[in-house]
Amino acid sequence: MADTSSNDAFVEFERVQKSYDGEILVVKDLNLQIPKGEFLTMLGPSGSGKTTCLMMLAGFETATHGEIKLDGRPINNIPPHKRGIGMVFQNYALFPHMTINENLSFPLEVRKIGKSDREAKVKRALDMVEMGDFGGRRPAQLSGGQQQRIALARALVFEPELVLMDEPLGALDKQLREKMQFEITDLAHRLGITVVYVTHDQTEALTMSDRVAVFDDGRIQQIAPPDELYESPQNSFVAQFIGENNTLEGTVKELSEGLALVQLDDGEMVDCMPVNVSKVGERTKVSIRPERVEFQKERLKEGAHMLKATVKEFIYMGDVFRTRLSVAGNDDFIIKSRNAPDQVRLKPGQQIEIGWLHEDCRALDA
Amino acid sequence: MSDLKSTGPQAAAAPPPAGEPGGPVLAADGTPLKRSLNRALRRQKLRALMLIAPLLLFVLLTFIAPIADMLFRSVENQIVSETLPETVVVLHSWDSESGEAPAEPVFDAFYVDLFLAQEQKLHTRLGSRLNYEKTGMSSLFRKSGRRVGKFDTDIYTDQLIALDPSWKDPATWVAMMADSGDRAALPFTARTWDRWVAYLATEGDDPAKTKIEDVLFTTLYLDLRATNGSGASDARITQAAQAAAGFETVSLRDQFADADKNWMDPEVWGTIKAFSPRYTPGYFLNSVDMQKTPHGIETRPENQQIYMMLFKRTIFMSLVITLSCVMLGYPVAWILANLPTRTANLLMILVLLPFWTSLLVRTSAWKVMLQQQGVINDTLVWLGIVDDADRLVMINNQFGTIVAMTHILLPFMILPLYSVMQTIQPTYLRAAKSLGATNWTAFWRVYFPQSVPGIGAGSILVFILSIGYYITPEIVGGTTGTFISNRIAYHISSSLNWGLGAALGAILLAAVMLLYWAYDKVVGIDNVKLG
Repeated sequence: MADTSSNDAFVEFERVQKSYDGEILVVKDLNLQIPKGEFLTMLGPSGSGKTTCLMMLAGFETATHGEIKLDGRPINNIPPHKRGIGMVFQNYALFPHMTINENLSFPLEVRKIGKSDREAKVKRALDMVEMGDFGGRRPAQLSGGQQQRIALARALVFEPELVLMDEPLGALDKQLREKMQFEITDLAHRLGITVVYVTHDQTEALTMSDRVAVFDDGRIQQIAPPDELYESPQNSFVAQFIGENNTLEGTVKELSEGLALVQLDDGEMVDCMPVNVSKVGERTKVSIRPERVEFQKERLKEGAHMLKATVKEFIYMGDVFRTRLSVAGNDDFIIKSRNAPDQVRLKPGQQIEIGWLHEDCRALDA
Repeated sequence: MSDLKSTGPQAAAAPPPAGEPGGPVLAADGTPLKRSLNRALRRQKLRALMLIAPLLLFVLLTFIAPIADMLFRSVENQIVSETLPETVVVLHSWDSESGEAPAEPVFDAFYVDLFLAQEQKLHTRLGSRLNYEKTGMSSLFRKSGRRVGKFDTDIYTDQLIALDPSWKDPATWVAMMADSGDRAALPFTARTWDRWVAYLATEGDDPAKTKIEDVLFTTLYLDLRATNGSGASDARITQAAQAAAGFETVSLRDQFADADKNWMDPEVWGTIKAFSPRYTPGYFLNSVDMQKTPHGIETRPENQQIYMMLFKRTIFMSLVITLSCVMLGYPVAWILANLPTRTANLLMILVLLPFWTSLLVRTSAWKVMLQQQGVINDTLVWLGIVDDADRLVMINNQFGTIVAMTHILLPFMILPLYSVMQTIQPTYLRAAKSLGATNWTAFWRVYFPQSVPGIGAGSILVFILSIGYYITPEIVGGTTGTFISNRIAYHISSSLNWGLGAALGAILLAAVMLLYWAYDKVVGIDNVKLG
């Protein structure tokens, strides 16, 4: 795990645990440092504890054990309204009985900011999300995307240094979501704010974040920048959860620095990068991304191990071809190839041989 | 692979049929689209109507019709003009400000009317009706009804029979009254005869065999004096007309004065005149402590004013009850809305429990609790907070009514509040807090405004229910805690002054509608949510 020195951490979770019923730990021993200005995403399936972590940071849940620090100051006993953290909710939580202007000036009013100052700040925040003309409307009169922008503006209008976002784009359609993803990251970097973003959408996590913390079972499974997360998953959960992934099960036969020879369950041998395996004879899950699989031998290195495969299904997806193969007893082995003029279209039933660079094939925990 | 891009779109489909620009839009078969839409919807509408028809009929028969009847009764006043048709006409020209009782012709007409009314036993009903407007009228009518048959009008009978004994024979009267010339010569007699015959018909008697009453001889004499019998074909009439000038007469005015001197009181006649129209605002005036007198509309004397006070009290107490329901119900609804569903459902049973208990039992229970030898007083005395000598009076007054009714109507406040609060997501409060609001500010500025529709719905429900409440104030209200509805019930079942009861009810209905309208104007009925 990336271990940032705790001195420059803006937000810090220190051995935080959380249980709702005294029997099951929802969050188990969470340690996390977030430097100032970082866009950190907590990614994980539902029930993985990511939202609980966010709520503890916001102050709506108390940590059962451990300490949460904000700018070096423990905040466990500070009520939410004194933490000065901006928050964007999944359903936006715009106050339906107030106009957009009233919604935005609410955090300023409770901070006793003068009227003229307030108006200027509200206007600036609305302009920032390009909603300057909508101040007099009510939330119900806006579309989902517009409400989302207002929610964002409201979380930013009182100039917090830390903004939390709880699956803010979940209710939007795909196109709008992609547009908003860009706008949010752009805004966050422009303002230099620290953002903790919770989502279960891995594409969102990969495209938006500086770093992604993958949650499962109350723990951070891996915390890394998106490219590292995708290309070098540390365990089979992360490999499976992030992006599409092929898994083959086998046993480690040979192990050396940077290379492992794995015998698959049907007897075939493959070259792998050892990540989570420590000794010969250990069970392992071999993980390989669909787009890194090659079926044209001339593109591979001399001496690479090849596997026999049978084409089961060919799916035309426009920009890529997706082919389902049967490999070493696994009928769901997927390969992706770019739709180029010279690309080969495989036919169902065709017998081929596949292979890969051993760096792309990772031997992970079983 | 190369044919990928060449597959262009097929030939564009023909544009959908549409009417000429500006003209009506046409359906596929050429009929206007509106008409074919209506036809398509008619079956659905008809089916929907059929489905609600039983309820519609039920509501119409058992709800709308009685209300319409009640509203009609509050202005209906046909009893005077139907019982005293002759009197009402003649009385019209009498000036009620003259300070004197009307002249002879009124008494002549009244004699006929009263005689026929007492034959049909209608005069006591009229007396009761007029007694609502002026005390003493009831006994005046009853007493005069007994006397009217014994008036000295038999002298006309005797003199006419002496002139021609055939007057005694009812059959000759039947023949005479069938002749249009004779009828024209004797208009008053003809009208009276018709009423007499109609009455005999209801009794099953034959006019040709029933003794001719003095009243008919009286009208005959009066007609003979007025028209001289000109145009009559019956020779007896001409003969009688000549003789009538010399008849001995009797003053009906004196006869009535003799029967009861109150008949000389112009106020009595003024009241009859004031209430002779078929429709009257009298009941409504009574309902607001005013009255219609011969001299116009006046407020009632101070010591007879009761209804305005009752209306004010009803509205005031309903407001107090509504307010206490809000104060007590809001926290309960809040807790219910914020508990886990399972617990909330369990507690909801406690809220609904009173619904499953008889209203009378609940009200009587409060009697047990609140009376001077009751549970609360006993406890307070036992604790030494209250001295045994002056135990608190908490029942049979306003306090008792307010306590009992707040308890009974509380579920009607909690239920709409609860269902509205359930729709307020907890994230609103969280959002407010994350924006820097304290718990109180978050509640007051974010949660409370969103719960106002529930308060509105609950308040309207409780207020309208309590403004017309009857049983509880009747049992625990005593004299100071009764509502206008108790007075209405009194008029419907005890005093039998249905017109006044109806007018009070109509005013109550109007007041509720007015408040509803005002609420709509101020808060907006769209803001009322029952769930």
